Amino acid sequence: MVFSPFLGLTRDPFAMLRQIEREFDRALAPFAVAAGYPQVNIWQGADSIAVTAELPGVEPGDIDISVKDDVLAISGERKLPEDAEKTTWFRRERNYGRFSRVVELPYRVDPDRVEARFRDGLLQIELHRPEEDKPRRIAITAG
Amino acid sequence: MTTEVTKTAATTPARSQEAQESTRGVRVFRPLVDIRESDSEVILAVEMPGVGPDDVEIELDRRVLTIRGRGRLTSPEGFRLIYAEYGEGDYERSFTLSDEIDRAAIRAAMRNGLLTLTLPRAGAAKPKRIEVKAA
Repeated sequence: MVFSPFLGLTRDPFAMLRQIEREFDRALAPFAVAAGYPQVNIWQGADSIAVTAELPGVEPGDIDISVKDDVLAISGERKLPEDAEKTTWFRRERNYGRFSRVVELPYRVDPDRVEARFRDGLLQIELHRPEEDKPRRIAITAG
Repeated sequence: MTTEVTKTAATTPARSQEAQESTRGVRVFRPLVDIRESDSEVILAVEMPGVGPDDVEIELDRRVLTIRGRGRLTSPEGFRLIYAEYGEGDYERSFTLSDEIDRAAIRAAMRNGLLTLTLPRAGAAKPKRIEVKAA
């Protein structure tokens, strides 16, 4: 990163500060205190929300997803491999056991219209807004 | 104070923290690995979410085992990322194997983003018998 005293004069003066913030976030990423497992990414669409999470090595049958109002709950279990007891562990970086995570959504969603897909350890959940909650467009009449 | 923010395209200089620069332009992560050992084999469990069985590359160069995975990037049509706790990208990690491993018999299985590599030990090192010929 090149710091130039003249940079701030011609462009956004806070660009440098933001850049430093980003660099710090990236550097500290391995030590970030997890908000919980699994970590999620949230995407916003026209009238739906998509939540994605990484759950490698977990069977889809061991994942429970539940939705109520504007709260999405993902829970389940990361099971130890079957032959774990007969083996000696040399290095254990993965975590095991039960997990539970609650994600607050920007708006209430329809629990009957939730789609969940799981492929290669990636969970993708799509949640839709109930019809009656969708903002209504109001026409302006000349008057 | 300016209320208008000018966006400059983010430039990514070569970073020392990211071991490899991917030709795809995505970040390369070091996957989490568990190493276990039984009497007859060494088992590696490598976490690579978003990587399918066809996206895994395992290379064995002399004693160095390199595992690479091409991650599937989520980019749903019509959606905008508003909150991210994890990054998506490729995976890479290398290991140096001991001579005991029977390289020809290494097995790999990929399921739900978890790669399980089974490395059998070569039959307990058979002492090489050297014949002595009368000179």
